[in-house]
Amino acid sequence: MRARAGERWRARLVRLPPLIWLTAFFLVPFLITLKISLSDAATAMPPYLPVLDWQGGREGWASFLEALDFENYAVLWFDTFYRDAALSSLAYAGTASLVLVLFGTPLAYALARAPARLQTLLVALVVVPFWTSFLVRVYAWIAILKPEGLLNAGLLRLGLIARPLEILNTPAAVLIGLVYAYLPFMVLPLYAVMSRLDGSLREAAADLGAGPVRAFWSVTLPLAAPGIAAGALLCFIPMVGEFVIPDLLGGSDTLMLGRVLWSEFFSNRDWPLASAVAVLLLLIVIGPVLLFRGAGREAAR
Amino acid sequence: MAATTEASAPLLRLAGVTKRFGGAAAVDAVDLALAENEVFCLLGPSGCGKSTLLRLIAGFEQPDAGTIRLGTQDLTGLPAHRRPINMMFQSYALFPHMSVSRNVAYGLADRPRAERAARVADLLRMVRLEDFADRRPDTLSGGQRQRVALARALAREPRLLLLDEPLTALDRALREETQSELRALQRRLRTSFIVVTHDPEEAMRLADRVGVMAQGRIVQVGATAELYDRPASRYVAGLLGDVNLIPGRLGPGEPGGLRAVEIASGSLRARSPAADLSEGDAVVVAVRPERVALGPDQAGEGATVGIPATVAERVFLGDRIARTLHLGDGSAVRASGPPEGADAFPAGARVRLRFAAEAATILPA
Repeated sequence: MRARAGERWRARLVRLPPLIWLTAFFLVPFLITLKISLSDAATAMPPYLPVLDWQGGREGWASFLEALDFENYAVLWFDTFYRDAALSSLAYAGTASLVLVLFGTPLAYALARAPARLQTLLVALVVVPFWTSFLVRVYAWIAILKPEGLLNAGLLRLGLIARPLEILNTPAAVLIGLVYAYLPFMVLPLYAVMSRLDGSLREAAADLGAGPVRAFWSVTLPLAAPGIAAGALLCFIPMVGEFVIPDLLGGSDTLMLGRVLWSEFFSNRDWPLASAVAVLLLLIVIGPVLLFRGAGREAAR
Repeated sequence: MAATTEASAPLLRLAGVTKRFGGAAAVDAVDLALAENEVFCLLGPSGCGKSTLLRLIAGFEQPDAGTIRLGTQDLTGLPAHRRPINMMFQSYALFPHMSVSRNVAYGLADRPRAERAARVADLLRMVRLEDFADRRPDTLSGGQRQRVALARALAREPRLLLLDEPLTALDRALREETQSELRALQRRLRTSFIVVTHDPEEAMRLADRVGVMAQGRIVQVGATAELYDRPASRYVAGLLGDVNLIPGRLGPGEPGGLRAVEIASGSLRARSPAADLSEGDAVVVAVRPERVALGPDQAGEGATVGIPATVAERVFLGDRIARTLHLGDGSAVRASGPPEGADAFPAGARVRLRFAAEAATILPA
């Protein structure tokens, strides 16, 4: 009996470090952000009100809580600018996720089907871009996409176009940047799932008369679906809040929540509104996660 | 059966089929003819090339040399999904995301819907899984999964079914029951089977003919009784069951297709070797333990002729008594007899052992 109690304590102890980690680095910062989003902007240090007066006792708390309101969320709701930014972010992230699935699935399948000796090398090639700074790689895309850049020079030289294409500072450039930057996050989980698929299932499909196309659609793809969903989610979530790519590759009118958040914080010094945008971003992203978990539980059953 | 199969044209014919992985030949110039309605077992230890040969016939691998013909059709170079052959996989390879009935229906995609449903119902009834049509494979027992795999492989009514270690995943009691079911099913459907197995007992229970494989070659083909009683090599003799190999020198020929062999503790007779051997060559006499009979070692009138030996060990095994005997030169011979004689010839007893000359085979040493 005592031994079992001890074991239970040890089990609880094991759960403690991640709990502390999540509390310190996720829950507490989130609560602070939530609190700021309920405050009002002020020309002060810190640039918002109210600030809790720890010496004020019960009355201090009361006046602090009284000063909190949902004003900033009302702004987000009624000002179409923020609504458009949210919808546009979702559209960019959704489109890019779709393109990633379309590109990443065949790529991961090819990786998983490659000869074993080649696979390590090919997977390394997918990961190699991480050795360079993300910022440098996005700047490189400016050099490629700009009117006198590599892509246009090459297409002009080949005579495929008469005038340089206008790509940089358009939504297309943002999509190219998103797909490029997040492709490894799509391919690696998908590759992990596909390389673990039992090869004899594919052979069984062929044995029963299914050509490569039918075997892929009816066996490989359904079994890889959890990997595809995981990869798409892994990309979608950070893409919704992406700041660097739309800022560098998109035009000044590119509307994405990450950029809006940045300008509220640093240009307008409106921390409360920026915090409200951050909370909104979190709520947008939590939706698909819950959906995915629900689907996972369904599949497990 | 043998007479009818030899008369008709072969269903499957392999000629000089060779497959190399790297430098080594996994399958080395194999010739094989399989008749309609025949169950053929490829028997051998792991790594002998039997699974590769099966995969070559199924079309998962393509041969580096040789041809594979089914009836009048040349299958060589044809991918698996174009071959009118089906396979039951060792791990069953059931599609985990499909129900039992969708698994069975997978090979029937080209049939009209109504026909497909009727065929699936027939197949499920055949393997007694009508009540499991909507279950997922992972909710079934091993034996049920094996039957789903069998129904799925038979759905397209193949003329030839390949079975890769069909019963190794089942426990012993279920295996014997399934073996006889499989055989009954084959007789009813008149489909030819090629079964790959490492288990000689499985081969004996299932097969009309067995091909023993070693290092990518089929070293001997024959009915199981023939392989058991008249192995062509020490390898085949040992693979099919327990065997005594008594070393000696080849003596002169004797009438009745027999031949004398001089061993350390005397002289014995055995069936003439098939291999090209001459008098004085080193040979072994292969004889199964159950063929070795024991008699008392008595001098005088009516004494048992045979080789003198001493019982070194006697073990009661329920259905038989196993004895280890030592010959004069110290070499050991195993004899197994019916349990009735349990009390006779205890350890230490002097005996004479003998066996019918026809039950012993002379093999190259």
